[in-house]
Amino acid sequence: MLYQFWIAYLTITRREILRFSRIWVQTIIPPVVMVALYFVIFGNLIGQRIGEMDGMTYIDFIMPGLVMMSIITNSYTNVVSSFYGAKYSRHIEEMQIAPVPDLVILLGFVSGGMVRGICVGFAVTLVSMLFTEFRIYSPFVALLVALLTSCLFALAGLINAIFANSFDDITIVPTFVLTPLTYLGGIFYSIKLLPDFWQQVSLGNPILYMVNSFRYGFRGSSDIDLFTALLVIVFFIALLFTACLVLLSRGTGIRQ
Amino acid sequence: MLALEISDLYKTYSSGLQALKGINLQVEEGDFFALLGPNGAGKSTCIGIISGLVNKTGGYVKIFGHSIDDEFIIAKSLLGSVPQEFNFNTFEPVEEIIINQAGFYGVPARLARVVTAHYLKQLGLWQHRRSQARRLSGGMKRRLMIARALIHKPRLLILDEPTAGVDIELRRTMWEFLEQINEQGTTIILTTHYLEEAERMCRNIAIIDEGDIILDSSMPHLLKQMNCETFVLYLRAELQQAPVLPSFENVVRLDPHGIEVEVPDTLSINDLIGELEALGIVVERMRNKVNRLEEVFVKMTSKPVTESLG
Ligand SMILES: Nc1ncnc2c1ncn2[C@@H]1O[C@H](COP(=O)(O)OP(=O)(O)OP(=O)(O)O)[C@@H](O)[C@H]1O
Ligand SMILES: [Mg+2]
Repeated sequence: MLYQFWIAYLTITRREILRFSRIWVQTIIPPVVMVALYFVIFGNLIGQRIGEMDGMTYIDFIMPGLVMMSIITNSYTNVVSSFYGAKYSRHIEEMQIAPVPDLVILLGFVSGGMVRGICVGFAVTLVSMLFTEFRIYSPFVALLVALLTSCLFALAGLINAIFANSFDDITIVPTFVLTPLTYLGGIFYSIKLLPDFWQQVSLGNPILYMVNSFRYGFRGSSDIDLFTALLVIVFFIALLFTACLVLLSRGTGIRQ
Repeated sequence: MLALEISDLYKTYSSGLQALKGINLQVEEGDFFALLGPNGAGKSTCIGIISGLVNKTGGYVKIFGHSIDDEFIIAKSLLGSVPQEFNFNTFEPVEEIIINQAGFYGVPARLARVVTAHYLKQLGLWQHRRSQARRLSGGMKRRLMIARALIHKPRLLILDEPTAGVDIELRRTMWEFLEQINEQGTTIILTTHYLEEAERMCRNIAIIDEGDIILDSSMPHLLKQMNCETFVLYLRAELQQAPVLPSFENVVRLDPHGIEVEVPDTLSINDLIGELEALGIVVERMRNKVNRLEEVFVKMTSKPVTESLG
């Protein structure tokens, strides 16, 4: 039985990976191009005038954040568009009809999103090497944070897709929630620059914890304690994971 | 052994529409069963519940004795289902769709490839195996769904209008194919609006109308119950009006060369021809007005036109 589920899991994951890699021009290239532009403009052109941030050059400061941003948006987008697409064209039924437990469906889609997030993150890291010297303080922490974050946003994407009833619904959340939170999550500035009040407000933004712990992995410095940050991420993963399982078992959005 | 057991099955959609009103149905292992009913009767809803795509409101369903609620892993493994509407990823290549489906049942891709090749060849899709599914014609898409439903060797196969939009020749090949897998032991349940198809292939039949089973019987038993049959006769000479025949009451003139006669089961075709000959009328050809099952079906489910259109 476990072997059967394992094969089903591999099938879903492989299918997810094939889906985005078949359309790599739409899925992998745009985020890489976008981040390259950030490096050119903010890193090189404007960055030279900004000077140091948190004791490092500006381009070194924003590099981990930009990688993290790519991981977040791509994990999220992959799951939301793939799952909603499966609902829309009804091929989600292929899995519903088969003896596949909800947990396996969940893990398969989330793994697919994580693979895309990590692939794009990796590509963006490679691009960053064209603009600044590659330095990494703790590969272990960087990788751990990358994996946990991509998992979290893949789950978030799944919830969005479960509730979505139209293609509009799958762009509203990324545009009005995800992007603002990401930009205000300390990618481009250290929150120490903010007035006290706004520092406190920023602490309510989960993305801040991810960006900072990821930056810690690369540079060994962070606005936030690493352990707290990891705890926050794991807490949100557990929360969304449970929510996803409950929604899938109820058949919300997929069974009448 | 019962391949399918449905008991007291209710479904009310969130819109408030009651699509199934407590239906009971039993299908024996090895049967070839027709589930018939007019549009909107509740056939697809019933099949949706059996295959886990629609939540039921009440009642239970067992597949080979396994409940679809408590033992859904086993129950689903025994069931193959061909839905009424296309539900594959149209951007995926044909072969991949089927291999993936096998994967969902726990069949590794290596093994699935072999079985996939077998069914693709048998259903005439082999040369299209690398095409994206959206490039297939309607009939090919139907066959793709049949191949997909068979990939895990289900013991019960349910097909929701598998021959809708399929040309005559292909429909015949599909019939033969289904008869063949039925002979090999697969229980088959079929919905269709082509009653000729049901009459030819199915041994047992249920008619569902407005969410209720209004008839559940064996095909020969049902056809025997018919107490009359209508024939259309083509005549050599022109007729100005319908002939008056001593033993046949319902004779209708269709056109100068055609009449329609209702033949009760107490009389034979010979009687009819004899009475026509006595009037000097020569019959050149004749045919059943509709097939026999259709006659029963229409009698049982017909309502005033305004109602059935409203
Ligand atoms: N998702 C849904 N929400 C609300 N009502 C629905 C839904 N699906 C079906 N119905 C209604 O349930 C009733 C039964 O529909 P169903 O699709 O089961 O009929 P059917 O017998 O398969 O008809 P057909 O021969 O046209 O395919 C219809 O009145 C239909 O409008
Ligand atoms: Mg239907």
